[in-house]
Amino acid sequence: MSSLIYAGVFMALLGLMLAWMLAMANRRLHVFEDPRIDRVEEMLPRSNCGACGTAGCRNFAEELVAGRIEPARCTVNTMDANVFIARFLGVDPGKMEKRVARLACAGGHHVARMRARYEGLGTCRAAAVAGGGGKACAWGCLGLGDCETVCDFDAITMNPFSLPVVDADRCTACGDCIEVCPKDLFSLQPISHQLWVACKNRADGDTAELQCEVACTACGKCVADAPAGLMRLERELAVIDYARNDLATPLIIERCPTGAIVWLERHEAKKGRGAKRILRTTPLPLESGA
Amino acid sequence: MGLFPFCMPYFPFLNKTFPRGIHPADNKSTATIPIRRLPFATQLTLPLNQHIGKQALPMVQPGQEVVRGQPIARADGFMSVPLHAPADGVVEAIEPRPTAQGTWMDSIVLRVFDASTQEYGWGEPQDMDGLTPEGIVRAVWDAGLVGLGGAAFPSHVKITPPKEGRVHTLVVNGCECEPYLTCDHRLMLELTDDLITGIGYALRALGAERAVIGVEDNKQDAVEAIRRKLPENGLIDVQAVRTKYPQGAEKMLIHSLLGLDVPTGKRASELGVVVNNVGTLAMMGRLLPQGHGLTERVVTVTGPGIARPGDYWVPLGTPMRHVLDWAGAPGVSAREIILGGPMMGQAVASLDVPVTKGVSGILVFDDRHIPSGQDRRVRPCIKCGECLRVCPMGLNPSMLGMLAAKAEYDAMGSTFHLGDCFECGSCTYVCPSNIPLVQQFRVAKAILRERAA
Repeated sequence: MSSLIYAGVFMALLGLMLAWMLAMANRRLHVFEDPRIDRVEEMLPRSNCGACGTAGCRNFAEELVAGRIEPARCTVNTMDANVFIARFLGVDPGKMEKRVARLACAGGHHVARMRARYEGLGTCRAAAVAGGGGKACAWGCLGLGDCETVCDFDAITMNPFSLPVVDADRCTACGDCIEVCPKDLFSLQPISHQLWVACKNRADGDTAELQCEVACTACGKCVADAPAGLMRLERELAVIDYARNDLATPLIIERCPTGAIVWLERHEAKKGRGAKRILRTTPLPLESGA
Repeated sequence: MGLFPFCMPYFPFLNKTFPRGIHPADNKSTATIPIRRLPFATQLTLPLNQHIGKQALPMVQPGQEVVRGQPIARADGFMSVPLHAPADGVVEAIEPRPTAQGTWMDSIVLRVFDASTQEYGWGEPQDMDGLTPEGIVRAVWDAGLVGLGGAAFPSHVKITPPKEGRVHTLVVNGCECEPYLTCDHRLMLELTDDLITGIGYALRALGAERAVIGVEDNKQDAVEAIRRKLPENGLIDVQAVRTKYPQGAEKMLIHSLLGLDVPTGKRASELGVVVNNVGTLAMMGRLLPQGHGLTERVVTVTGPGIARPGDYWVPLGTPMRHVLDWAGAPGVSAREIILGGPMMGQAVASLDVPVTKGVSGILVFDDRHIPSGQDRRVRPCIKCGECLRVCPMGLNPSMLGMLAAKAEYDAMGSTFHLGDCFECGSCTYVCPSNIPLVQQFRVAKAILRERAA
């Protein structure tokens, strides 16, 4: 009987001692964490997309409370929500121009020639390691939709011509599509960059146009029409100097013969009047000579 | 086994080999046809980077006339090799041109003179016996030699003795385990003397004690031809190894011939072994005494879609279209064209790409030989384990494939040793569900390389 009591007392003492140790550890090793971090995190979208440049929403909340970053850097939240966070923290919401992922290719399968049929694994990445895919243009979009798959915000959809279309309203500029595209066709552009070269073909003009009907042939008309210094030709391709973006007008694209230089409106890419009209909607036949 | 070398042809199961692997149909119908020579194409396109390493620097200007064998690009650093003009002609341009990899690369475009002959207009015979080991490495470098088995790794780097340790054995790879290819087989038969000479140079450069030539036992005539020419001093030995794919892989052949296993993440040279391809060493023995550069190579042109299959001496830079025209490829029925062997080679998307130093074969398949529709449909993994049974590296391709489908690339690299996979294609060959495992692995490796960078 007594051994039972001893055991009970021993266990009770042991329990008390361990409880005291835990209590002491809690006090001694306590790390103070600003309670505002949790509150701010709740106000964030928690998509952990990384568009703000931090590792995720928790990390962004920590940076916000520490005052090292502005609330407006979160491009997924609405501006109202960011202003709310700013008011909660008593800081300036800051300004952030909306940025959108832009595709530097307009070669859907109705205008861009195929030199071979690709039959392997159905991702752009896989096609890129198998001889660069079947497209005649070595720089163009492979059209297998890796970007559509990777986009967390359903901002990218493949159009009927196997070309990704970015919904500017949904795009949060997280940069996932930039990372996944094996041809490096995406880039993040402020919404004010409306003048856009939708081509990366560096072949000479004749070859480029053989490969794709909407390729930039480096004819130089846009350079001639643009205010000095805004545009230039670089290795068979028109290039825009966005440092002088305020000089850009829709007039520059008017004489582009292929429609490779476009003017981006909120929901469409406008071609100039001089651009050839594409009426075809069916895929171009496979051409072994291209 | 060494007691009765004469009876080995009758007991192929006694020959040395490695565990696992596969036995694809060999289709080496071109093995009995002597190597023929192709005429020059009117235009040659020479990419400046035909090797693993840094792009070469052009030494010529557009408009400049060059003679056959003249250096036209020089090496940019130790991991780079020079380039020589494959024919007399005039440099038309130095500009980006399409390559078999699908990208465009800076290339020297040479318009060949109509009267261009096989005569070399450049290069003086050199006294090889008087050269120091460093002199031999230098001569190999100047010749622009790279591994001709397909990897195109600069040869002078391979025959440079490693800083630590010593190389005791030079393994000469004459397996040619890929189906269809016979270029190494023909070289072993036709350039046997050059091969022995080349092995001698490599042995001297490396300071190695001995060389072992490994030849698959489906090429007994090559084994016999080499055995007849072996030098008296016994430094070089030739051994038949069992015909099994991928016997010609570096780690497999070292295991078969020497019983050594190269650990993960280590190079063979750390074990004191260097492996070179027979084609590379034969060219070494052929070019060096003359002071010539590498301007042509033997390419196996074969497959069901070719009218005149065979091995051809093809000048570097020759457009594939030209090669196929001469070998008689009825362009209409061609469905798939592969550069290299059918197991590890690469499908090409365009015929307007040049033959480069690393191209060992051009295979043309027509509609009847490429499965389509239901036969090609990718089905789910049924976990039959066939791929584990054949993977020569002892990996788990099934697991790797499932991880690849879930984009778990880090786990593939760290836990399942993706880095050990050398893309031999055995797993894809046996997969009853048609899962393109190797393609998934290539993608995963490319992504892991990007992340590491």
